[in-house]
Amino acid sequence: MTENYIAFGKRQVTKEEYFAPGHRACIGCAEALAVRLAAKALGPNTIIVAATGCMEIVASQMPWTSWRLPWIHTLFENTAAVASGIESGLRTLESKGKKPVEGINVVATAGDGGTSDIGLQALSGALERGHKFLYICWDNEAYMNTGIQRSSSTPYGASTTTAPAGKQSIGQMTWKKNLPAIVAAHNIPYVATACPSYPFDFMDKVVKGSKVDGPAYIHVFSVCPTGWRSAPEMSIELGRLAVQTGVFPLFEIENGKYKINVNTPKRKPVADYLKIQGRFRHLSEQEIKLIQDRVDKEYDALVERAEKDKAA
Amino acid sequence: MAKRVGMEVSLAIGEAAKLADVDVVAAYPITPQTHIVEHLAELVANGELKSAYIPVESEHSAMSACLGSAAVGARTFTATAGQGLELMHEVLYVAASMQLPMVMAVANRALSAPLSVWGDHSDVMAVRDTGWIQIFTENGQEVFDTVLCAFRIAEDPKVLLPVMVHLDGFHLSHMIEPILISEEDEVKRFLPPFKYPLALDPKKPVTMGAFAPPVIYSEARKAQEVHLAGTKEAIVKCWDEFASIFGRRYLPVETYRAEGAKTLLMTMGSFSETAMETIDKMRADGKDIGLVRLRLWRPFPTTELRQAVKDAETLVVFDRAISLGSQAGPVCSEVRSALYNLEKKPRVASVIGGLGGRDVTVAGFEEIINIGIKMAKKESQQEIEIFGVRE
Repeated sequence: MTENYIAFGKRQVTKEEYFAPGHRACIGCAEALAVRLAAKALGPNTIIVAATGCMEIVASQMPWTSWRLPWIHTLFENTAAVASGIESGLRTLESKGKKPVEGINVVATAGDGGTSDIGLQALSGALERGHKFLYICWDNEAYMNTGIQRSSSTPYGASTTTAPAGKQSIGQMTWKKNLPAIVAAHNIPYVATACPSYPFDFMDKVVKGSKVDGPAYIHVFSVCPTGWRSAPEMSIELGRLAVQTGVFPLFEIENGKYKINVNTPKRKPVADYLKIQGRFRHLSEQEIKLIQDRVDKEYDALVERAEKDKAA
Repeated sequence: MAKRVGMEVSLAIGEAAKLADVDVVAAYPITPQTHIVEHLAELVANGELKSAYIPVESEHSAMSACLGSAAVGARTFTATAGQGLELMHEVLYVAASMQLPMVMAVANRALSAPLSVWGDHSDVMAVRDTGWIQIFTENGQEVFDTVLCAFRIAEDPKVLLPVMVHLDGFHLSHMIEPILISEEDEVKRFLPPFKYPLALDPKKPVTMGAFAPPVIYSEARKAQEVHLAGTKEAIVKCWDEFASIFGRRYLPVETYRAEGAKTLLMTMGSFSETAMETIDKMRADGKDIGLVRLRLWRPFPTTELRQAVKDAETLVVFDRAISLGSQAGPVCSEVRSALYNLEKKPRVASVIGGLGGRDVTVAGFEEIINIGIKMAKKESQQEIEIFGVRE
């Protein structure tokens, strides 16, 4: 069936589209690209559980659907809980012989608001209980579906409609909540960060996460031209810059061990990343310096941790 | 032959779920429901019930997990009460609107504040419009039977809706009663395996829970309303078949010594049994009085209600909940509305009582009936009476 694959060097990617074209995501939406790549990596033996959010509304206006996989959306904050029920239901039906054992991937997906804010409790509960499922957070760093309101995942200094930059404010006054670390604190077997600008790294992680015996979590950096006030054609480049500046490092935590996947020994200055986005346009050199210092500190700590784990 | 066993009603619910061979229980502890899910956890731990038991971190997640398990075609059960039912609130609508069959026992409890773990119907009334089929019960046997019937109703291909079984918190949930526990083969005969026609399945991908723009939302809602109203037929048929196998018959609206009575009292839930004693006493005293008991709360049995009260002059509706700021108890409001357009109808009085676990005795119901008669005759200035309040 080689004709169903497209080759990228040594890599082959299926031509099948499980997240069909014709959805209504904005031009340059890296999140929709990430969904498409994840669906390709997962393949047809998959059930998708979606939270309310951009990826729900662009793909499911009754009576249409963009999904060629079984897909369910119920509410905003309960995605991990719904996935818990699906996983438990399938497992029990299989063990009782009411359904053949098929190893179906159960994949819960939500945005950063649905994950780090309103859905955090349900996520924590599902991780702690140890369900075998993959949770993917599409992080576009604000409530983009409702119109660019700040979330706890919005980065310091970004202007949003509920934390706007003004004469007495730089916009977001708090630092981005570290969801991968919070998830890792549940001691689950697999945690990773990813970005569709690095498609093979991302797809490999999706496959890995779906095969783990227990909960797996992937935090996907998803560039949003509409909310970030960036040029749509810059979405892939912005994802690369986030990684190359150390703003969003790509790493895995497998059974508690950290590993950096894309090494950036010579990191670009964060200004390269910030200055091409309208949401940061108001920041002074001093504030950019503050962000640079924070990124350096966090990146160094990550490298240190990864080196320690490698040596162990 | 079914065995008659002295058993706490909560435990009997667990036994009913076990006989139904449930696949998934997702639950969170809350008084006065906790004994139900404790018993189920015990049955699973001892290998007597082959079910997943998801000890979720909240009621919101309990109901959400139930959405997921029902969506893959697993027979699903949960239980809650009071604040727990409130925390589930938005999820309840989804279960009904997406036609995800499941059964939930609700040990009816008052709502905060002030905090009260004790029984009344405030929690029931707050979830009145969620689209679930809702059934009241009066004693342990009825609770056991209704749980079995609830699975059959929920999973009926003509229904495919979630069902709530209401039992009064403490007054029923914590009573030890003699209950006929059915035999496994009888239950198997009554309750066929669950075959959900729309399950999430990679072999036949479906999209569930698409959103509806204004151009289609009204159509979706009307379809839901027509469907729910139409389930009464399947509910009555289920109860008929239950009677033919088990010999116990249930009806949407039931009466007690009501034939031709001038005055009728209307009750829901376990207080109906106390009220029956009041009726016996008042009948012995030569009073022309009877009792109407509402069993099926949703879909509302308008026809059966009209039939049951058609000859009465006065109908006293006893509510165990207040609709704050309204002009009658919530059940009374609906009863009035169901009767209003009839040429010949009884005068309807609203008496509220039994709030937050306050008991109403046999003598109490006699007083309630007398208050109601006065209100109906307009001898009282009050539109609404809250019974037994210390002033």
